[in-house]
Amino acid sequence: MLTFVSRRLVYAAITLLIVSMAVYAIFAILPFDPAALTCGQHCTPLVIRANRIKLGFDKPLWEQYWMFLHGIFAGRTYGVGSAAFHCPAPAFGYSFNDNMCVTELLQQKLPITLSVAIGALILWLIVGVGLGILAARFKGRWPDTASSVFVLFGTSLPVFVTGLFLLIWVSIKWKIIPISFLGYVSVFSDPIGFVKLFILPWITLAFAFAALYTRFTRASILETLGEDYIRTARAKGLSEKKVLRIHTFRAALAPIVTLASLDFAGLIGGAILTETIFNLPGIGQWTLRSVYEFNLPVVVCTTILAAGVVIIMNLIVDMLYAVLDPRVRI
Amino acid sequence: MAVKIRKSRELSSSRASTGPIVGRSPKQIAWTRFKRNKVGVVSAIISVGVIVLSLLAPIVTRIIGVDPNTLHLDVLDVTGVPTLPHAGISMAHPLGLIPGTGRDLLAQLLYGSRISFMVAILTTSLTLFIGLVLGIVGGYFRGRVDAVLGRITDFLLSFPAFFMIVALSTPMVDRIQQTGIAKGNGARIVFLVFFLSFFGWPYFSRLIRSQAMSLRERDFVTAAQAMGSSNRRIIFRELLPNLWAPVIVFVSLSLPGYLAAESVFSFLGLGIQPPASTWGILLSNATRFVTTMPQFFIIVAGSLVLVVLAFNLTGDALRDALDPRNDR
Repeated sequence: MLTFVSRRLVYAAITLLIVSMAVYAIFAILPFDPAALTCGQHCTPLVIRANRIKLGFDKPLWEQYWMFLHGIFAGRTYGVGSAAFHCPAPAFGYSFNDNMCVTELLQQKLPITLSVAIGALILWLIVGVGLGILAARFKGRWPDTASSVFVLFGTSLPVFVTGLFLLIWVSIKWKIIPISFLGYVSVFSDPIGFVKLFILPWITLAFAFAALYTRFTRASILETLGEDYIRTARAKGLSEKKVLRIHTFRAALAPIVTLASLDFAGLIGGAILTETIFNLPGIGQWTLRSVYEFNLPVVVCTTILAAGVVIIMNLIVDMLYAVLDPRVRI
Repeated sequence: MAVKIRKSRELSSSRASTGPIVGRSPKQIAWTRFKRNKVGVVSAIISVGVIVLSLLAPIVTRIIGVDPNTLHLDVLDVTGVPTLPHAGISMAHPLGLIPGTGRDLLAQLLYGSRISFMVAILTTSLTLFIGLVLGIVGGYFRGRVDAVLGRITDFLLSFPAFFMIVALSTPMVDRIQQTGIAKGNGARIVFLVFFLSFFGWPYFSRLIRSQAMSLRERDFVTAAQAMGSSNRRIIFRELLPNLWAPVIVFVSLSLPGYLAAESVFSFLGLGIQPPASTWGILLSNATRFVTTMPQFFIIVAGSLVLVVLAFNLTGDALRDALDPRNDR
């Protein structure tokens, strides 16, 4: 077990390093001058040169990357003397558009994205797995047919169509679900306002994901029900309830943990569409805005972050899997 | 599988009691199964019909008598919404007029579908090609090649693809324009097709690899090897003909996926740009008028959903029909 874990850790670290290198290199070889992007309309050749030196863009690429990497672990100081400013570790860069360290901005955006992702995850797991179990339990009867219609629409409706429909019709025109436009509130300070703010994004995301999970759960349970040990369990006279609860679910639901963790990881990187539609200032919307504004430090940071979350989740899933599925031996 | 084939042979012979018993190829069996699925047949007709309509857009619009470029500014009010009853839906304009410009919506939908379908078809073809080649190479040759390919697919799969495409869009489109491969929307199409397939092929290649791995252990491949066939012959004559089932299913399910993807990127303003017309551009245009003229949004979103639904249902029906374990 220990060798497995350490090998996976090393592998994940290497992958993360390569990904960050690739992302950094891609944005570094772009056909525009990062220093010229820092000052917008107030640019003079002198300012550009000063910023270039301040941000280290005058150095060779590998040295820039090294400074970037060093900054993540040890923090980074830009410039010298009285004009210097410091970003504490983990420093991902400095956003001139906001005059703030990227990490500082990240701290503002992360709670919003996390709220969207966690709420949606809970909702889609309940709905998706629940419907999947129902569909498998009553295979070929009406709950199965009903859930397959749900799956069909969930997989065919693009997120922005569902989202806009919910926002414009369900919420604004028909006023079925109330929505708040008051900005982010923490779940601890104002639970009702929190739910009001996030309920539509949750439903939007959950609708798309739940459909996939329903299909997957149904297939997984039906496949497990065909295993020999289920026949054995039935043969020894266990009730159908026990067969399902004890023998089927554990094996059938283990792959869902993998799927859910990876989808969740993808959302932390940014539910770009959902955040854009509902105007939530999370990581996704931030990235999109930074792409429009050529705010490279932010884009590099969020891209590496998004890839990093996926890689780390992959690692966790591999280990979880060994615990959940008795057939996996490491 | 042999057992199943015999079973369905018996079924068919009992149904057609007259005449000699005729063997049926797996293709015929799949076709019979597919024809029995009413929903699948209807969806397939819709899917093919939409592609044909899109290809023949200039002819179709002329027959219906609508024109994509004529402006009808005289019937718009100050906010750009048509003042005609039913948002301009009439005999002359079956789906109404587009607010802002007063162009005919049906003609724009038909013409717009061409770029959308082009992106979807090109991306699917490229993904298919890369996935098929690398999947077969990995699954058939195994060893070090397979290990390297496996690492690469793992690596690509750990990238948040959608996120990367969004982040890379502006700089990469600039790059493509600089190299002179394509200009303007051409460069955006190249970007979308290239990066969607770049992040898309690993999924398909994994599937093909596992299929190729199991096929290479089958007797007919061993027989071909024993006869001294070259690897090329085995791959093209023995493996490829047996991989058409996953290929067909992949194509029918990834076309709607990429169709929707194109609309998402256009919707975010990162895909193809106006004045060119795609379904994504129409949709993002429609969202600006969603409160003043909801018909526009409903028609465009409805068309997209209908097409995606039809393709998905066709794909599902094909998968059911081609699955040898399916004993319906």
